[in-house]
Amino acid sequence: MHEKNSNDQVLIDGSRLIIESLARAGADAFIGYPITPANLLYLYGSQRMDMMLPAPDEITTVQWMAGLSATGKLPVTATSFPGFALMSESVNMAHMMELPMVIVLVQRLGPATGTATCGAQGDMLLLNGVLSGGHPIPVLGTSSFEDCWTLSARALEIAVNQRTPVILLTSKEEVMTQKSFDIGGLETISKVDRKWYDKDCCDYKPYKPTGLVPEFLPVTQTRHQVRLTASTHDQDGILQHSSPEALANTRRLEEKIRASMKEKYLFYQLDHQEGAEKLVTAYGISAAAAREAVRKLRRDGQKVSLFIPGTLLPLPPVYLEILSGYKKVVIAEENMNNQLGSLLYGQQMPENIHFVGSLGKMISPEEIQKEVMS
Amino acid sequence: MTGSMIKSQNLPYCKGCGHDLIAKSTTGALEKLGYNPLDVIAVTDIGCHGIIDKCLNTHTVHGLHGRSVALGAGISFGTADDNQKIVVFVGDGGTTIGLQHIMEAARLNLNVTVVVHNNMLYGMTGGQSSGLTPRGFCTTTSFKGNPFTGYDICKLAHTAGARYVSRVMGVGDITDAMMKAFDQKGFSLVEVMEICPSYGVKLNPRRKLKEIVKESGRELGEWTNDLPAFTDRQGDKTANLLEKTPVIEKRFNHQLQKPLSLVISGSAGEGVQLAANIFSKAAISAGLHATQKGSYPVTVGVGFSTAEINVSPEEVLFHGISVPDMALITSADGLQHNRQRIEKMQGGKLFIDSSLTPPETGAEIIRRDFRSVGARNAAIHSILYLCRETGILEESSVYQIIEQEGKADKMPLDKIRKAMEA
Repeated sequence: MHEKNSNDQVLIDGSRLIIESLARAGADAFIGYPITPANLLYLYGSQRMDMMLPAPDEITTVQWMAGLSATGKLPVTATSFPGFALMSESVNMAHMMELPMVIVLVQRLGPATGTATCGAQGDMLLLNGVLSGGHPIPVLGTSSFEDCWTLSARALEIAVNQRTPVILLTSKEEVMTQKSFDIGGLETISKVDRKWYDKDCCDYKPYKPTGLVPEFLPVTQTRHQVRLTASTHDQDGILQHSSPEALANTRRLEEKIRASMKEKYLFYQLDHQEGAEKLVTAYGISAAAAREAVRKLRRDGQKVSLFIPGTLLPLPPVYLEILSGYKKVVIAEENMNNQLGSLLYGQQMPENIHFVGSLGKMISPEEIQKEVMS
Repeated sequence: MTGSMIKSQNLPYCKGCGHDLIAKSTTGALEKLGYNPLDVIAVTDIGCHGIIDKCLNTHTVHGLHGRSVALGAGISFGTADDNQKIVVFVGDGGTTIGLQHIMEAARLNLNVTVVVHNNMLYGMTGGQSSGLTPRGFCTTTSFKGNPFTGYDICKLAHTAGARYVSRVMGVGDITDAMMKAFDQKGFSLVEVMEICPSYGVKLNPRRKLKEIVKESGRELGEWTNDLPAFTDRQGDKTANLLEKTPVIEKRFNHQLQKPLSLVISGSAGEGVQLAANIFSKAAISAGLHATQKGSYPVTVGVGFSTAEINVSPEEVLFHGISVPDMALITSADGLQHNRQRIEKMQGGKLFIDSSLTPPETGAEIIRRDFRSVGARNAAIHSILYLCRETGILEESSVYQIIEQEGKADKMPLDKIRKAMEA
């Protein structure tokens, strides 16, 4: 074990940190279908998780995960857009059934097959609308190796506590590049404390919430009947067309995600510099360039702050407040269309919001510096 | 919970629908075999049959169209108790869209029983043809008769490796047939032939189910494979992935004053990524920070192999390299892949194999016969030579990592040392 205060330098990639973190948090099954650039996660998942199953496609992947989740397992997979596109209906199903799981989405250059070995940040808008009805699904984004460690465990915690699929958003360069990294300072990750319904006496209703989340029971126990369904349903898990109880259940699904992601699972880093009127905002691989740009700008005597969101979706309302505190905001994101900006501001982008994008290559620190100084 | 699997004998199906018979025979068979309701996990697909959930006292899981077998498969992976029974109800439409899932569950011989409600069309959505609709059978989308041959799901499942497959007519009492399917260790499938009273009967007047089945060439019967049922065979597992990346202690010194970007490039199979990995680790052992990124064609065994390395006295926040400070080129593939950025170099050093013609560049050109020690060792040779020429790292730090990684016996180190002196 390396969790001590020392300088334990290793040469490591983000994939290894993500899988180890998920396993320590309690993930016990990895369902894999090969896809570049997520293959290292598959490799490590097969080595580390108690159970690894090779699925024949990505629809099967999430169906198997949902089945495992219904038995009390905590399954994980890793994919990229082409695979995730196939998964989307099944992700809707798992959300509706309230089955915990984590999907690591490694972004690559699209559209379609695009370039498998080229990174990108093009999937935020897709994730924002992946659930029919526009209901939110929790998305955390890694922006450093520390995030690969901490946010992966948080993703599993959210999946368990909110009974939902969670997306861990990353990209090719983050999970395939090896870097020297001090693993001595990593926080200790404990297994997520998972509570199941434990009463013998009463009738168990699989979708009767305690707070906003129903208590879980696996279909493998024989004390209480469990009904799981992807159709609109009442608290008993019985299909309904649009009864008040069933619609209240669907509303609860939205509310439980929004409520928990707004505060309890709100993760971001704000490196505010006293007197700074400019803010660089970036997540994922572009956060690396943003950090370097801010380091150089500060060395040149410029006052500039840095904001790196970790909770990506549903987009926390506090982000708008943070950005509103600066006269000039530069958003760096590896796509052509400022997806983070459009999620924050819609079609009316304020004039003080500037965008540095890129297609087919990483955004460089120099590009961000130039935009900050323009 | 003990007692009846089914809540009521009045099921919500159209008069004359075979689904009613299947539901009662299925639950009856499970009861006769001694299962309690909560020993059973019933997974249902989309279609008329899927509305059975609310009538069952078993666990019920109602998923997506066509995916029920995969969902049931997932449950079976997580079910260690042999006393629990996973039953999947699917129609001919669900079988069509989810064919792959059935093949996979049969191939793996999972402990699942699939009951195919084959009424030869999509009943819930208006009587359209499915992949299991027999040739000549009339549906709302083929009034003159289906022009295509339907899948024989029994043959397919049997060929895929299913332990037990049977096809029965959905008339009379089929409890015994169901019992036989449930009483298997491994994947079993029962195809029950029915005719939809709302569409099938009306569109195929005066045709009997028995006659339709016979004309379609679908034999009634059983097919078995003597193959083992699925058992979870996991290989050796790693208890801690971090232990696979040993801590690199600082033992050496370096001469680097500022960040350095380096590109090493040669041909696939010539040890470029390994040499880069050794260099990066040697840099860490000298107290530097390092990043290493590999780049190669999708066909990894042919063409170029390029590694981009950053080493720096301070943390490397951004690892992208546009134009490197130094380049090591050991083959024509490597040169071709990096020619443009070498041409853009305004300074720095280009170490290039003497067999190659250097491009126009602002870098200092150092030609050396790196391949003299064999193509597979050219990259590590170039790394060691770079250390000697620049003094960035001590050569001994590279040799130490070679030793630690267990590569010393696989590299002609004496030959390389000799070549370095030449």
